[in-house]
Amino acid sequence: MLGTQGDVAENVAASRKALGGSGSAAPVWSAAEIDRVDALVIPGGESTTIGPLSELNGVLRAVQRRVESDAMPVLGICAGLVLLARSARDRVVGPGNETLGLLDVDVERNSFGRQSRSFEAAVSMPELGIREIVGAFIRAPTILRADSGVSILAKLGSKIVAVRQGPIIGVAFHPELAGAELHAGFASTIRASA
Amino acid sequence: MIPLPPVRRGKPVSQDGTTRGTPLIKRGFAHMLKGGVVMDVTTVEQAQIAEKAGAVSVMVLDKLPSDVRKAGGVARTASIKVISEIMESVTIPVMAKCRIGHVSEAQVLASADVDMIDESEVLTPADEKHHIWKWDHVTPFVNGARSLGEALRRIEEGASMIRTKGEPGTGNVAEAITHIKAVNAEIRQIGAVHADGDRQALIRASRELGASYELVEQTAELGRLPVVNFAAGGIATPADAAYLMSLGCDGIFVGSGIFKAEDALERAKAVVLATTYWRDEARVMEAQKMIDERSSIVGLDIASLEMRMQDRGDAS
Repeated sequence: MLGTQGDVAENVAASRKALGGSGSAAPVWSAAEIDRVDALVIPGGESTTIGPLSELNGVLRAVQRRVESDAMPVLGICAGLVLLARSARDRVVGPGNETLGLLDVDVERNSFGRQSRSFEAAVSMPELGIREIVGAFIRAPTILRADSGVSILAKLGSKIVAVRQGPIIGVAFHPELAGAELHAGFASTIRASA
Repeated sequence: MIPLPPVRRGKPVSQDGTTRGTPLIKRGFAHMLKGGVVMDVTTVEQAQIAEKAGAVSVMVLDKLPSDVRKAGGVARTASIKVISEIMESVTIPVMAKCRIGHVSEAQVLASADVDMIDESEVLTPADEKHHIWKWDHVTPFVNGARSLGEALRRIEEGASMIRTKGEPGTGNVAEAITHIKAVNAEIRQIGAVHADGDRQALIRASRELGASYELVEQTAELGRLPVVNFAAGGIATPADAAYLMSLGCDGIFVGSGIFKAEDALERAKAVVLATTYWRDEARVMEAQKMIDERSSIVGLDIASLEMRMQDRGDAS
Protein backbone atom coordinates (compact mmCIF):
# COMPACT_ATOMS: atom_id res chain seq x y z
CA MET A 1 0.00 0.00 0.00
CA LEU A 2 1.42 3.38 -0.93
CA GLY A 3 1.38 5.03 2.52
CA THR A 4 1.65 8.69 1.56
CA GLN A 5 -1.91 9.81 2.30
CA GLY A 6 -5.48 8.53 2.30
CA ASP A 7 -7.23 5.41 3.57
CA VAL A 8 -4.05 3.34 3.77
CA ALA A 9 -4.99 1.33 6.88
CA GLU A 10 -8.32 0.32 5.35
CA ASN A 11 -6.54 -1.02 2.25
CA VAL A 12 -3.99 -2.87 4.38
CA ALA A 13 -6.87 -4.51 6.29
CA ALA A 14 -8.75 -5.44 3.09
CA SER A 15 -5.56 -6.82 1.51
CA ARG A 16 -4.70 -8.91 4.57
CA LYS A 17 -8.22 -10.34 4.59
CA ALA A 18 -7.98 -11.11 0.86
CA LEU A 19 -4.56 -12.73 1.14
CA GLY A 20 -5.40 -14.83 4.17
CA GLY A 21 -2.17 -16.47 5.25
CA SER A 22 -0.73 -16.50 1.73
CA GLY A 23 1.02 -13.16 1.78
CA SER A 24 1.57 -9.96 3.69
CA ALA A 25 0.41 -6.36 3.22
CA ALA A 26 1.99 -3.20 4.63
CA PRO A 27 2.34 0.49 3.87
CA VAL A 28 5.39 1.65 1.88
CA TRP A 29 6.82 5.15 1.54
CA SER A 30 10.08 4.95 -0.38
CA ALA A 31 11.40 3.98 -3.82
CA ALA A 32 13.57 1.30 -2.19
CA GLU A 33 10.45 -0.31 -0.69
CA ILE A 34 8.62 -0.11 -4.03
CA ASP A 35 11.52 -2.08 -5.53
CA ARG A 36 10.92 -4.93 -3.06
CA VAL A 37 7.13 -5.48 -3.27
CA ASP A 38 5.34 -7.99 -5.53
CA ALA A 39 2.39 -5.69 -6.11
CA LEU A 40 1.17 -2.24 -5.11
CA VAL A 41 -2.14 -0.67 -4.10
CA ILE A 42 -2.41 3.10 -4.52
CA PRO A 43 -5.26 3.96 -2.14
CA GLY A 44 -7.86 6.69 -2.22
CA GLY A 45 -7.13 10.15 -0.87
CA GLU A 46 -6.35 13.45 -2.57
CA SER A 47 -4.38 13.01 -5.79
CA THR A 48 -3.03 16.58 -5.51
CA THR A 49 -1.51 15.59 -2.15
CA ILE A 50 -0.43 12.00 -2.90
CA GLY A 51 1.23 12.79 -6.25
CA PRO A 52 3.72 15.55 -5.32
CA LEU A 53 4.38 14.20 -1.79
CA SER A 54 5.14 10.69 -3.09
CA GLU A 55 7.43 12.07 -5.74
CA LEU A 56 9.63 13.66 -3.04
CA ASN A 57 10.72 10.09 -2.26
CA GLY A 58 11.01 9.13 -5.93
CA VAL A 59 8.12 6.74 -5.43
CA LEU A 60 6.17 7.45 -8.61
CA ARG A 61 9.21 7.00 -10.83
CA ALA A 62 9.90 3.72 -9.05
CA VAL A 63 6.33 2.57 -9.73
CA GLN A 64 6.70 3.46 -13.40
CA ARG A 65 10.01 1.57 -13.60
CA ARG A 66 8.62 -1.54 -11.90
CA VAL A 67 5.55 -1.64 -14.16
CA GLU A 68 7.57 -1.14 -17.33
CA SER A 69 10.45 -3.48 -16.42
CA ASP A 70 8.71 -6.39 -14.70
CA ALA A 71 4.96 -5.78 -15.06
CA MET A 72 4.33 -5.21 -11.34
CA PRO A 73 0.58 -5.50 -10.68
CA VAL A 74 -0.93 -2.21 -9.45
CA LEU A 75 -4.41 -1.52 -8.11
CA GLY A 76 -5.29 2.17 -8.24
CA ILE A 77 -8.33 3.30 -6.25
CA CYS A 78 -10.01 6.67 -6.86
CA ALA A 79 -7.02 9.04 -6.40
CA GLY A 80 -4.85 6.03 -7.34
CA LEU A 81 -6.74 5.70 -10.64
CA VAL A 82 -6.23 9.42 -11.28
CA LEU A 83 -2.46 9.06 -10.74
CA LEU A 84 -2.24 6.03 -13.07
CA ALA A 85 -4.19 7.65 -15.91
CA ARG A 86 -2.78 9.24 -19.07
CA SER A 87 -4.52 12.50 -18.23
CA ALA A 88 -6.85 13.89 -15.59
CA ARG A 89 -8.92 17.03 -15.60
CA ASP A 90 -11.26 18.36 -12.94
CA ARG A 91 -14.93 18.76 -13.85
CA VAL A 92 -14.96 22.38 -12.62
CA VAL A 93 -11.38 23.61 -12.44
CA GLY A 94 -9.95 21.92 -15.56
CA PRO A 95 -6.50 20.43 -16.31
CA GLY A 96 -4.48 19.29 -13.35
CA ASN A 97 -1.12 17.83 -12.31
CA GLU A 98 0.91 15.43 -14.43
CA THR A 99 -0.07 11.78 -14.15
CA LEU A 100 1.85 8.54 -14.66
CA GLY A 101 0.25 7.42 -17.93
CA LEU A 102 0.40 3.73 -17.05
CA LEU A 103 -3.27 3.34 -18.02
CA ASP A 104 -4.28 4.53 -21.48
CA VAL A 105 -7.33 6.34 -20.18
CA ASP A 106 -8.45 9.94 -19.71
CA VAL A 107 -10.03 10.60 -16.34
CA GLU A 108 -12.42 13.27 -15.16
CA ARG A 109 -11.96 14.13 -11.48
CA ASN A 110 -14.96 14.76 -9.23
CA SER A 111 -17.04 13.46 -12.11
CA PHE A 112 -20.34 13.11 -10.24
CA GLY A 113 -19.90 16.41 -8.38
CA ARG A 114 -19.09 17.37 -4.82
CA GLN A 115 -19.51 15.28 -1.64
CA SER A 116 -23.31 15.77 -1.55
CA ARG A 117 -23.43 13.79 -4.83
CA SER A 118 -21.30 10.95 -3.44
CA PHE A 119 -23.14 7.66 -3.23
CA GLU A 120 -22.99 3.92 -2.78
CA ALA A 121 -24.08 1.58 -5.54
CA ALA A 122 -23.86 -2.09 -6.43
CA VAL A 123 -21.01 -2.84 -8.83
CA SER A 124 -20.38 -6.12 -10.61
CA MET A 125 -17.10 -7.15 -12.24
CA PRO A 126 -17.60 -10.60 -13.80
CA GLU A 127 -14.08 -10.58 -15.28
CA LEU A 128 -12.68 -10.59 -11.73
CA GLY A 129 -15.29 -13.09 -10.51
CA ILE A 130 -17.16 -10.38 -8.59
CA ARG A 131 -20.90 -10.77 -8.86
CA GLU A 132 -21.87 -7.75 -6.80
CA ILE A 133 -20.13 -5.54 -4.24
CA VAL A 134 -20.96 -2.25 -2.57
CA GLY A 135 -18.97 0.47 -4.29
CA ALA A 136 -18.50 3.71 -2.36
CA PHE A 137 -18.22 6.55 -4.89
CA ILE A 138 -16.77 9.45 -2.90
CA ARG A 139 -16.16 12.59 -4.99
CA ALA A 140 -15.32 9.90 -7.48
CA PRO A 141 -13.64 10.26 -10.86
CA THR A 142 -14.82 8.45 -13.99
CA ILE A 143 -13.07 7.32 -17.13
CA LEU A 144 -14.03 9.46 -20.11
CA ARG A 145 -12.01 7.59 -22.75
CA ALA A 146 -10.26 4.23 -22.74
CA ASP A 147 -7.99 3.08 -25.60
CA SER A 148 -8.55 -0.25 -27.34
CA GLY A 149 -5.93 -2.04 -25.21
CA VAL A 150 -7.90 -1.30 -22.06
CA SER A 151 -10.65 -3.67 -20.96
CA ILE A 152 -13.66 -2.20 -19.21
CA LEU A 153 -14.39 -4.06 -15.98
CA ALA A 154 -17.44 -2.10 -14.82
CA LYS A 155 -19.78 0.66 -15.88
CA LEU A 156 -22.34 2.63 -13.94
CA GLY A 157 -25.00 3.70 -16.37
CA SER A 158 -22.97 5.07 -19.27
CA LYS A 159 -19.90 5.93 -17.16
CA ILE A 160 -16.82 3.69 -17.05
CA VAL A 161 -15.82 3.12 -13.41
CA ALA A 162 -13.34 0.21 -13.52
CA VAL A 163 -10.69 -0.81 -16.07
CA ARG A 164 -7.82 -3.18 -16.54
CA GLN A 165 -4.78 -2.93 -18.77
CA GLY A 166 -2.24 -5.73 -18.44
CA PRO A 167 -1.20 -5.95 -14.78
CA ILE A 168 -2.94 -2.69 -13.83
CA ILE A 169 -6.45 -2.32 -12.43
CA GLY A 170 -8.01 1.09 -11.88
CA VAL A 171 -11.30 1.68 -10.07
CA ALA A 172 -13.18 4.94 -9.51
CA PHE A 173 -14.90 3.77 -6.32
CA HIS A 174 -13.76 2.51 -2.92
CA PRO A 175 -14.03 -1.27 -2.58
CA GLU A 176 -12.03 -1.26 0.70
CA LEU A 177 -14.59 0.64 2.78
CA ALA A 178 -17.22 -2.10 2.63
CA GLY A 179 -15.39 -5.37 1.93
CA ALA A 180 -12.36 -7.20 0.54
CA GLU A 181 -13.71 -8.88 -2.62
CA LEU A 182 -11.90 -6.67 -5.12
CA HIS A 183 -8.67 -7.08 -3.17
CA ALA A 184 -9.20 -10.84 -3.45
CA GLY A 185 -9.59 -10.44 -7.22
CA PHE A 186 -6.39 -8.39 -7.28
CA ALA A 187 -4.62 -11.07 -5.21
CA SER A 188 -5.55 -13.63 -7.92
CA THR A 189 -4.02 -11.31 -10.51
CA ILE A 190 -0.80 -11.17 -8.47
CA ARG A 191 -0.66 -14.98 -8.17
CA ALA A 192 -1.34 -15.39 -11.90
CA SER A 193 1.51 -13.01 -12.77
CA ALA A 194 4.01 -14.53 -10.32
CA MET B 1 -14.16 -2.15 6.18
CA ILE B 2 -14.90 0.98 8.18
CA PRO B 3 -16.95 0.94 11.40
CA LEU B 4 -20.61 1.81 10.90
CA PRO B 5 -23.00 3.08 13.60
CA PRO B 6 -24.43 0.33 15.88
CA VAL B 7 -27.86 1.90 15.35
CA ARG B 8 -28.75 2.99 11.82
CA ARG B 9 -30.16 6.52 11.76
CA GLY B 10 -30.52 9.22 9.14
CA LYS B 11 -32.30 9.76 5.88
CA PRO B 12 -30.29 8.38 2.97
CA VAL B 13 -31.51 9.45 -0.48
CA SER B 14 -31.99 6.64 -3.01
CA GLN B 15 -32.31 7.18 -6.74
CA ASP B 16 -31.62 4.96 -9.78
CA GLY B 17 -29.79 2.31 -7.79
CA THR B 18 -27.55 4.82 -5.98
CA THR B 19 -27.85 5.93 -2.34
CA ARG B 20 -26.44 9.19 -0.99
CA GLY B 21 -25.94 10.35 2.60
CA THR B 22 -25.34 6.93 4.16
CA PRO B 23 -22.92 6.59 7.11
CA LEU B 24 -20.58 4.65 4.77
CA ILE B 25 -20.42 7.58 2.35
CA LYS B 26 -20.28 10.32 5.00
CA ARG B 27 -17.68 8.60 7.20
CA GLY B 28 -15.86 7.33 4.11
CA PHE B 29 -15.31 10.92 2.98
CA ALA B 30 -13.38 11.61 6.21
CA HIS B 31 -11.29 8.45 5.67
CA MET B 32 -9.97 9.96 2.42
CA LEU B 33 -8.54 12.91 4.35
CA LYS B 34 -6.41 10.69 6.60
CA GLY B 35 -2.72 11.49 6.83
CA GLY B 36 -3.44 14.95 5.48
CA VAL B 37 -3.69 18.59 6.52
CA VAL B 38 -6.88 20.69 6.39
CA MET B 39 -6.07 24.40 6.31
CA ASP B 40 -8.17 27.36 7.48
CA VAL B 41 -8.52 29.97 4.73
CA THR B 42 -10.44 33.21 4.29
CA THR B 43 -9.77 34.02 0.60
CA VAL B 44 -9.43 32.36 -2.82
CA GLU B 45 -5.73 33.20 -2.82
CA GLN B 46 -5.14 31.43 0.51
CA ALA B 47 -7.12 28.39 -0.70
CA GLN B 48 -4.94 28.16 -3.80
CA ILE B 49 -1.79 28.40 -1.69
CA ALA B 50 -3.14 25.62 0.55
CA GLU B 51 -3.90 23.37 -2.43
CA LYS B 52 -0.49 24.04 -3.97
CA ALA B 53 1.14 23.17 -0.65
CA GLY B 54 -0.58 19.75 -0.65
CA ALA B 55 -3.50 20.35 1.75
CA VAL B 56 -6.19 17.65 1.50
CA SER B 57 -8.95 20.19 2.09
CA VAL B 58 -9.56 23.81 3.03
CA MET B 59 -11.84 25.20 5.74
CA VAL B 60 -13.43 28.53 4.89
CA LEU B 61 -13.88 31.09 7.66
CA ASP B 62 -14.81 34.75 7.72
CA LYS B 63 -11.87 35.42 10.08
CA LEU B 64 -9.01 33.22 11.17
CA PRO B 65 -9.45 32.11 14.80
CA SER B 66 -6.78 34.51 16.13
CA ASP B 67 -8.65 37.39 14.46
CA VAL B 68 -11.91 36.14 15.96
CA ARG B 69 -10.22 36.53 19.36
CA LYS B 70 -9.06 40.05 18.56
CA ALA B 71 -12.32 41.20 17.00
CA GLY B 72 -14.56 39.96 19.80
CA GLY B 73 -18.29 40.30 19.16
CA VAL B 74 -20.17 37.53 17.36
CA ALA B 75 -18.40 35.21 14.92
CA ARG B 76 -20.70 33.72 12.26
CA THR B 77 -20.35 31.50 9.19
CA ALA B 78 -18.37 32.89 6.24
CA SER B 79 -19.94 34.71 3.28
CA ILE B 80 -21.53 32.28 0.85
CA LYS B 81 -20.04 34.31 -2.00
CA VAL B 82 -16.50 33.69 -0.71
CA ILE B 83 -17.22 29.99 -0.09
CA SER B 84 -18.58 29.57 -3.64
CA GLU B 85 -15.63 31.37 -5.21
CA ILE B 86 -13.24 29.09 -3.34
CA MET B 87 -15.21 26.00 -4.45
CA GLU B 88 -14.78 27.10 -8.06
CA SER B 89 -11.04 27.69 -7.77
CA VAL B 90 -9.64 24.57 -6.07
CA THR B 91 -10.18 20.86 -6.76
CA ILE B 92 -9.72 19.68 -3.16
CA PRO B 93 -12.77 19.44 -0.87
CA VAL B 94 -14.04 22.65 0.72
CA MET B 95 -15.36 22.74 4.28
CA ALA B 96 -16.97 25.60 6.16
CA LYS B 97 -17.82 26.28 9.79
CA CYS B 98 -21.26 26.89 11.23
CA ARG B 99 -22.15 27.97 14.76
CA ILE B 100 -22.83 25.23 17.31
CA GLY B 101 -26.53 24.41 17.29
CA HIS B 102 -27.36 26.76 14.41
CA VAL B 103 -29.55 24.45 12.32
CA SER B 104 -30.26 26.99 9.57
CA GLU B 105 -26.66 28.13 9.19
CA ALA B 106 -25.76 24.47 8.63
CA GLN B 107 -28.61 24.11 6.14
CA VAL B 108 -27.35 27.13 4.21
CA LEU B 109 -23.86 25.61 4.01
CA ALA B 110 -25.32 22.27 2.88
CA SER B 111 -27.32 24.07 0.17
CA ALA B 112 -24.19 25.95 -0.88
CA ASP B 113 -22.81 22.42 -1.41
CA VAL B 114 -19.72 22.50 0.81
CA ASP B 115 -18.16 19.05 1.17
CA MET B 116 -18.17 18.97 4.98
CA ILE B 117 -19.56 21.20 7.73
CA ASP B 118 -17.60 21.95 10.92
CA GLU B 119 -20.01 22.68 13.79
CA SER B 120 -17.37 24.76 15.50
CA GLU B 121 -16.62 26.38 18.83
CA VAL B 122 -14.48 28.93 16.97
CA LEU B 123 -17.74 30.67 16.04
CA THR B 124 -20.12 32.03 18.68
CA PRO B 125 -22.45 29.19 19.73
CA ALA B 126 -26.09 29.73 18.77
CA ASP B 127 -27.39 27.11 21.19
CA GLU B 128 -25.24 26.17 24.19
CA LYS B 129 -27.47 23.23 25.09
CA HIS B 130 -28.17 21.52 21.78
CA HIS B 131 -25.87 20.57 18.98
CA ILE B 132 -27.27 19.97 15.49
CA TRP B 133 -28.85 16.55 14.82
CA LYS B 134 -26.51 15.61 12.03
CA TRP B 135 -27.77 12.19 10.94
CA ASP B 136 -30.45 13.60 8.67
CA HIS B 137 -28.01 15.64 6.57
CA VAL B 138 -26.52 14.22 3.37
CA THR B 139 -23.50 16.48 4.01
CA PRO B 140 -21.07 15.05 6.59
CA PHE B 141 -20.18 17.00 9.76
CA VAL B 142 -17.06 17.24 11.88
CA ASN B 143 -17.18 18.25 15.56
CA GLY B 144 -14.61 19.17 18.20
CA ALA B 145 -14.08 17.23 21.44
CA ARG B 146 -11.87 17.47 24.53
CA SER B 147 -12.70 14.06 25.99
CA LEU B 148 -14.01 10.66 25.00
CA GLY B 149 -17.48 11.40 26.36
CA GLU B 150 -17.71 14.61 24.34
CA ALA B 151 -16.50 12.79 21.19
CA LEU B 152 -19.00 9.96 21.60
CA ARG B 153 -21.88 12.36 22.24
CA ARG B 154 -21.07 14.14 18.99
CA ILE B 155 -20.81 10.83 17.11
CA GLU B 156 -24.16 9.85 18.57
CA GLU B 157 -25.63 13.07 17.13
CA GLY B 158 -24.32 12.02 13.72
CA ALA B 159 -20.82 13.53 13.46
CA SER B 160 -18.87 11.67 10.74
CA MET B 161 -15.50 12.91 11.99
CA ILE B 162 -14.03 14.23 15.25
CA ARG B 163 -11.19 16.65 15.91
CA THR B 164 -9.66 17.78 19.16
CA LYS B 165 -10.82 21.23 20.21
CA GLY B 166 -7.41 22.38 21.38
CA GLU B 167 -7.43 26.12 21.90
CA PRO B 168 -7.91 27.77 18.51
CA GLY B 169 -6.13 30.94 17.46
CA THR B 170 -3.42 30.73 20.11
CA GLY B 171 -0.53 29.12 18.27
CA ASN B 172 -0.28 27.06 21.45
CA VAL B 173 -0.46 23.31 20.85
CA ALA B 174 -0.68 22.35 24.53
CA GLU B 175 -4.45 21.99 24.69
CA ALA B 176 -4.65 19.82 21.56
CA ILE B 177 -2.04 17.53 23.10
CA THR B 178 -3.98 17.40 26.37
CA HIS B 179 -7.22 16.57 24.54
CA ILE B 180 -5.88 13.75 22.37
CA LYS B 181 -4.07 12.22 25.34
CA ALA B 182 -7.27 12.39 27.39
CA VAL B 183 -9.26 10.64 24.64
CA ASN B 184 -6.56 7.99 24.21
CA ALA B 185 -6.37 7.34 27.97
CA GLU B 186 -10.13 6.98 28.28
CA ILE B 187 -10.25 4.57 25.31
CA ARG B 188 -7.53 2.47 26.97
CA GLN B 189 -9.62 2.40 30.15
CA ILE B 190 -12.82 1.17 28.50
CA GLY B 191 -10.71 -1.20 26.40
CA ALA B 192 -9.38 -2.79 29.58
CA VAL B 193 -12.88 -3.07 31.04
CA HIS B 194 -14.10 -4.64 27.81
CA ALA B 195 -11.17 -7.08 27.71
CA ASP B 196 -12.10 -8.14 31.25
CA GLY B 197 -15.56 -9.00 29.95
CA ASP B 198 -17.11 -6.88 32.71
CA ARG B 199 -20.33 -5.73 31.07
CA GLN B 200 -21.68 -4.11 34.23
CA ALA B 201 -18.58 -1.93 34.49
CA LEU B 202 -18.87 -1.07 30.79
CA ILE B 203 -22.47 0.07 31.15
CA ARG B 204 -21.47 2.19 34.17
CA ALA B 205 -18.70 3.69 32.04
CA SER B 206 -21.19 4.48 29.27
CA ARG B 207 -23.41 6.33 31.78
CA GLU B 208 -20.42 8.36 32.96
CA LEU B 209 -19.44 9.10 29.36
CA GLY B 210 -23.00 10.17 28.53
CA ALA B 211 -23.12 7.86 25.51
CA SER B 212 -24.96 4.67 24.59
CA TYR B 213 -23.66 1.28 25.71
CA GLU B 214 -23.52 0.10 22.09
CA LEU B 215 -21.27 2.96 20.99
CA VAL B 216 -19.02 2.59 24.04
CA GLU B 217 -18.74 -1.15 23.42
CA GLN B 218 -17.87 -0.58 19.74
CA THR B 219 -15.20 1.98 20.69
CA ALA B 220 -13.75 -0.36 23.33
CA GLU B 221 -13.60 -3.20 20.80
CA LEU B 222 -11.95 -1.04 18.14
CA GLY B 223 -9.50 0.53 20.60
CA ARG B 224 -10.08 3.86 18.86
CA LEU B 225 -12.91 6.21 17.93
CA PRO B 226 -15.20 4.64 15.31
CA VAL B 227 -14.77 7.73 13.10
CA VAL B 228 -11.68 9.52 11.79
CA ASN B 229 -10.06 11.69 14.49
CA PHE B 230 -7.92 14.73 13.62
CA ALA B 231 -5.91 17.11 15.79
CA ALA B 232 -6.88 20.78 15.82
CA GLY B 233 -6.42 23.95 17.84
CA GLY B 234 -3.14 25.82 18.19
CA ILE B 235 -0.95 23.92 15.71
CA ALA B 236 1.73 26.28 14.37
CA THR B 237 4.82 24.33 13.29
CA PRO B 238 5.79 21.10 11.46
CA ALA B 239 7.01 19.64 14.76
CA ASP B 240 3.59 20.35 16.34
CA ALA B 241 1.94 18.38 13.51
CA ALA B 242 4.42 15.50 13.68
CA TYR B 243 3.99 15.14 17.44
CA LEU B 244 0.18 15.01 17.20
CA MET B 245 0.40 12.41 14.41
CA SER B 246 2.65 10.32 16.66
CA LEU B 247 -0.04 10.44 19.36
CA GLY B 248 -2.39 8.59 17.02
CA CYS B 249 -4.24 11.46 15.32
CA ASP B 250 -5.42 10.60 11.80
CA GLY B 251 -4.52 14.02 10.41
CA ILE B 252 -4.21 17.72 11.20
CA PHE B 253 -6.29 20.91 11.03
CA VAL B 254 -4.21 24.08 10.95
CA GLY B 255 -6.00 27.34 11.62
CA SER B 256 -4.21 30.60 12.27
CA GLY B 257 -0.85 28.82 12.35
CA ILE B 258 -0.26 29.15 8.60
CA PHE B 259 -1.87 32.31 7.32
CA LYS B 260 -1.06 34.31 10.46
CA ALA B 261 2.60 33.44 9.95
CA GLU B 262 4.80 35.57 7.70
CA ASP B 263 5.97 32.60 5.62
CA ALA B 264 2.59 31.09 4.70
CA LEU B 265 3.42 29.04 1.55
CA GLU B 266 6.66 27.59 2.93
CA ARG B 267 5.02 26.89 6.27
CA ALA B 268 2.00 25.26 4.62
CA LYS B 269 4.32 22.98 2.63
CA ALA B 270 6.39 22.24 5.73
CA VAL B 271 3.37 21.27 7.86
CA VAL B 272 2.13 18.95 5.09
CA LEU B 273 5.58 17.38 4.76
CA ALA B 274 5.85 16.75 8.51
CA THR B 275 2.31 15.32 8.65
CA THR B 276 2.94 12.94 5.73
CA TYR B 277 6.35 11.78 6.89
CA TRP B 278 6.00 12.12 10.68
CA ARG B 279 7.61 8.70 11.14
CA ASP B 280 10.77 9.92 9.36
CA GLU B 281 12.84 12.13 11.72
CA ALA B 282 15.03 13.46 8.89
CA ARG B 283 11.95 14.61 6.94
CA VAL B 284 10.47 16.31 10.00
CA MET B 285 13.74 18.12 10.58
CA GLU B 286 13.80 19.12 6.90
CA ALA B 287 10.25 20.44 7.30
CA GLN B 288 11.09 22.35 10.47
CA LYS B 289 14.08 23.88 8.65
CA MET B 290 11.73 25.28 6.00
CA ILE B 291 10.19 27.65 8.54
CA ASP B 292 11.67 30.50 10.52
CA GLU B 293 10.55 30.69 14.17
CA ARG B 294 10.77 34.48 13.95
CA SER B 295 7.89 34.27 11.40
CA SER B 296 5.64 32.08 13.57
CA ILE B 297 2.34 33.30 14.95
CA VAL B 298 2.97 34.96 18.31
CA GLY B 299 1.58 32.42 20.75
CA LEU B 300 -0.85 33.04 23.59
CA ASP B 301 -0.62 31.60 27.06
CA ILE B 302 -3.76 29.56 27.74
CA ALA B 303 -3.98 30.69 31.39
CA SER B 304 -4.21 34.36 30.40
CA LEU B 305 -6.98 33.95 27.79
CA GLU B 306 -10.09 36.03 28.21
CA MET B 307 -12.09 33.62 26.03
CA ARG B 308 -11.62 29.86 26.08
CA MET B 309 -13.22 28.61 22.84
CA GLN B 310 -12.89 25.00 23.95
CA ASP B 311 -15.41 25.55 26.76
CA ARG B 312 -18.12 26.46 24.26
CA GLY B 313 -20.75 23.82 23.41
CA ASP B 314 -21.31 20.46 25.10
CA ALA B 315 -23.40 21.64 28.04
CA SER B 316 -24.95 18.15 28.12
